[in-house]
Amino acid sequence: MSALPLSPPRSRRGAFGNMVLNEARLAWRQPAGMVAGTGIALLLLVIFGEIPAFRQPSSGLGGYSPFEIYIPILMAFSIAIIAFTYLPGPLVSYRELGILRRLSTTPVPAYWVLAAQMIVQACAMVVTLALVVAVSIVFFGIPAPRSPAGLVLSIALCVAALFAIGLTIAALARTSGAARGLMAATLYPMLFFSGLYYPVQLMPAFIQDISDYTPLGAAVKAISDSWVGEFPPAQQLLVLLAYALVFGFLARRFFRWE
Amino acid sequence: MQTAVTPESDPGASMAPGSEAKPTSQPAVAIEHLRKTYGSLVAVDDVSFSVSEGEIFGILGPNGAGKTTTVECAIGLRSPDSGTIRLMGLDPHADKARVHEFTGVQLQSGAFPAKLRVGEIMDMYRSFYPHPADVSELAGALGLADKRKSYYRSLSGGQQQRLSVVLALIGAPRIAVLDEMTTGLDPQARRDAWELIEHVRSRGTTILLVTHFMEEAERLCDRVALIDSGRIVALDTPAGLAARATGSKSVRFIPSAPFDESLLTRLPEVTAVEHDGRHIVVSGTGELATAVIVALHAAGVGTQDVRIDASTLEDAFVRLTGRHMHEAEDGAES
Repeated sequence: MSALPLSPPRSRRGAFGNMVLNEARLAWRQPAGMVAGTGIALLLLVIFGEIPAFRQPSSGLGGYSPFEIYIPILMAFSIAIIAFTYLPGPLVSYRELGILRRLSTTPVPAYWVLAAQMIVQACAMVVTLALVVAVSIVFFGIPAPRSPAGLVLSIALCVAALFAIGLTIAALARTSGAARGLMAATLYPMLFFSGLYYPVQLMPAFIQDISDYTPLGAAVKAISDSWVGEFPPAQQLLVLLAYALVFGFLARRFFRWE
Repeated sequence: MQTAVTPESDPGASMAPGSEAKPTSQPAVAIEHLRKTYGSLVAVDDVSFSVSEGEIFGILGPNGAGKTTTVECAIGLRSPDSGTIRLMGLDPHADKARVHEFTGVQLQSGAFPAKLRVGEIMDMYRSFYPHPADVSELAGALGLADKRKSYYRSLSGGQQQRLSVVLALIGAPRIAVLDEMTTGLDPQARRDAWELIEHVRSRGTTILLVTHFMEEAERLCDRVALIDSGRIVALDTPAGLAARATGSKSVRFIPSAPFDESLLTRLPEVTAVEHDGRHIVVSGTGELATAVIVALHAAGVGTQDVRIDASTLEDAFVRLTGRHMHEAEDGAES
């Protein structure tokens, strides 16, 4: 190869920032997922907190009140809604519209747009989860989490697992319609096992066993343990890590840019 | 149109790779024996051509002829089955990142997020390149200056098309690849786009232009490769191709008075004289129109409503492939 006197590439500092900025603008201008993920979680938190019966400790729930049981569930719920609203669907539509293909003709790697989307979603999640924690503590007098490090780690692994699953859906779905279908087929069972519809503690034992091995079931347990107890047990963290790794691998294996 | 599509002032930057050290030797685009199949369909079959720096090179042919596949291989979007491709001496697959810094691409299909504003898209694409062009000048040249605050979804099809041309040129590329640049543009926008391309070329940018508009190729291209069914059937200047199509021209006019046809038939340039209502149609070669008008003038016969028909690229296509462009497009897949 002849040595071309190409000028050395000037730093493209700013290119990634511009991508993040545009993804943030898109999220802001199409706020359905943010409204659902943040708004519904906060709304349910406040409603449950205002129901007197929900504040009574229950022996069936291990001495905790239904409200306390629901805090980690709502946290996992908002992570799942934000991750799944913004990851598979828009990513597949970027592929359908040729946006990823167009990006791959620029000096900027196409995966940057994916990283930009994840950063925007992660920010939305952090804000939502911080609000849920703050409202629980400040307005409803719930004691602060006993293992903040465990809480952060549990949340991070939960986010990683859901991003990996969302990316796998984006990899497998050919159209954005198919992505939405796969997303719903994955999300609602996961929410069931998280205890969103009915506390898992009150379900039959075998459902509780299954729940322990679902991403949101494991996440809810890890978050609860961090909140009321000590650092969460390895099992839940490993389950979440396994989801992140296995689906991360599948997504990488099957993802197509066009 | 007053435009200056230049890299922004950046005194230290060498703006043209190869322009200082190697002014002549290396072609901007060199493609040899390119072949690409999709299953049993041979999309591109042994295509070779090279494009000099600063040249506007047209790839002309019906839909499905393999034009798009050829340029998509050239810019590294598709991997050829065999053959070599060099852009400024670099392999677009092996050296993707470097090649993409000095190439700008307008793809045939492709959209942007509906709820981004035009200016936001432009600013983002501009930031991808080391020595970008001036966005306001580009946007102004293609009539998008007042659209920068508009959402992408509010643009008409033609405006979206013009935006994709702007984005292809926004990195002040050394090589611009434009695939059906003016499809869907109204005549004025088409002329604006042509002017912009000529201007960009005058700055030294090499243009690889895929088109099925004869007029566009005739107006813009220094050389044209005529592609049919994945093969180059002819490669020449537009005038050279047209001349190859047929040696004959015709002149059509209304004479001011009746005259003796032998006045014309004895001219060496004339091969036939026919009547078409009030019109006379003279066929022949060489400087036919001049010869006819001078001869008639000498005999005191005036000529009105003179029309000269020279053969066109369209004729060349028919002649070289035995088909009309629109016939070739029927049933062809794109």
